[in-house]
Amino acid sequence: MSHHIVIVQDLKYAYPDGTKALHGISFRLAHGESLAIVGENGAGKSTLLLHLNGYLTPNQGSIQIGDYPMTKKTLKFIRRSVGMVFQDPDDQLFMPTVYDDVAFGPMNLGLVPEDVDARVMQALNTVDTSHLKNRPPYKLSGGEKRSVAIASVLSMSPDILVMDEPTSNLDPKARRKLIELLKSFEHTKIIATHDLDMVLDVCDRTLVIHEGQVTADGPTMEVFQDVALLEQSHLEQPLRIQGCPVCCSAA
Amino acid sequence: MAKIESAFFDIGYMDTLAAQDTFIHRLDPRAKLVTTLVFVVTVVSFDRYAISAFIPFFIYPIVLIAGSNLPLPFLLKKLLLVAPFALLVGIFNPFFDREIILKLGALGISGGWVSFFSIMIRFVLSVGAALILIATTGFNAVCLALDRMGTPRVFTIQLLFMYRYLYVLVEEALRMARARALRSLNGEGMGLKVFSFLVGNLLLRTLDRAQRIHLAMFCRGFDGEIRLVRPIRFSVLDFAYVAGWTVFFILLRLINFPQFLGKWITGLIS
Repeated sequence: MSHHIVIVQDLKYAYPDGTKALHGISFRLAHGESLAIVGENGAGKSTLLLHLNGYLTPNQGSIQIGDYPMTKKTLKFIRRSVGMVFQDPDDQLFMPTVYDDVAFGPMNLGLVPEDVDARVMQALNTVDTSHLKNRPPYKLSGGEKRSVAIASVLSMSPDILVMDEPTSNLDPKARRKLIELLKSFEHTKIIATHDLDMVLDVCDRTLVIHEGQVTADGPTMEVFQDVALLEQSHLEQPLRIQGCPVCCSAA
Repeated sequence: MAKIESAFFDIGYMDTLAAQDTFIHRLDPRAKLVTTLVFVVTVVSFDRYAISAFIPFFIYPIVLIAGSNLPLPFLLKKLLLVAPFALLVGIFNPFFDREIILKLGALGISGGWVSFFSIMIRFVLSVGAALILIATTGFNAVCLALDRMGTPRVFTIQLLFMYRYLYVLVEEALRMARARALRSLNGEGMGLKVFSFLVGNLLLRTLDRAQRIHLAMFCRGFDGEIRLVRPIRFSVLDFAYVAGWTVFFILLRLINFPQFLGKWITGLIS
């Protein structure tokens, strides 16, 4: 698996109740790229993410992860290589202690206990939370929960990291720590978010989705210069790009 | 309102207690579980008018509470919380069983009252022992012990999940209740009808969450079986702990020590 590529072609999906969520989305992601998926609430970001690990099956179109086209047979391999971090860490941390939770994935891969332990400790060390290993998840702070949720995915050593709103509900310092962490990862990354300032820091490429369709796909800086496009997609320029109110009024 | 919240956070306090490090805390959870079971079965097996025979059984909780550094007032409060259930079980005995079987001076006590007190003592002993087990072992370790002793996985996993999401669920319910309380003036909107909406909403949210958790499990290779790594070792000390208490309980079951002692003392006097 040297090519951690993701190819999505003409993806269409409507929910069973008839709500059309995706109207033909296509993109291609090369190894090591980090892609931000931005768009208004209900644009289809989460629906798209749910396709990337095979939870939802497209009505039309195809998905390829690495060397595998997404089919029922390849699902097992795909789930092993795509690590998914959910928006609410409480959904992700379901085991009684932090250690058990991070060990859940590797145990399912059928590793021997020593290897499981090594992987768990490595993942916990990466996100700097090894001191929490015997704590129950409900006793952690929001930032700690998020870090552990990421560790629980890292322990499976995925090639591709998929994250839904990783910086939501974090205090500024925890957010900054998370951004530094994400920057240090060499995985192929796909991040759905409203935090455009984080996108500036972490993702070199941005995909804008509006009403289930791709309205822009390009280098982050370029996409964020297009004010009209952002406006149309219910977005705004990242605060860092907008003029500073103090300096502007002084000038 | 504040009462529910504080009562709830007491559950978390049990975990804090269980995180201590004493001789009793260090014992294998299985040893403590088996001992508790033997204790409860022995206590329950007495005939319905037994009262004096229970007195020496209090040695067990006293030793454990002292040895594992548990706060007695906290445990008593927890006991009081469940006491209504036991009261309900026993309260009708005095009405149905009016035969006088005991005389304290001029006062005749009916069999109903004796069996009622017997039930209450059993309740204090057995529920107390269960509370002490959780407070010295922790809920998760008790589940692990059950699992290792052959309880079906489905059952222990259910318990673990229940305990994990109890916190999430209660917090969610509290948030909803708070939101309602803040917007209902003069008791308007606090009725049963709104309450039923609240409960229904909570159920739907719970279903949604269950689906997301299931998804999270699938994403990490869940195939229907949950595997737990947690090496626990049953040492000679654990064995001695179980054996010691078991012999003690059986002895107490066979010989009524207070009666024995009483006879012996009256024998000395006369």
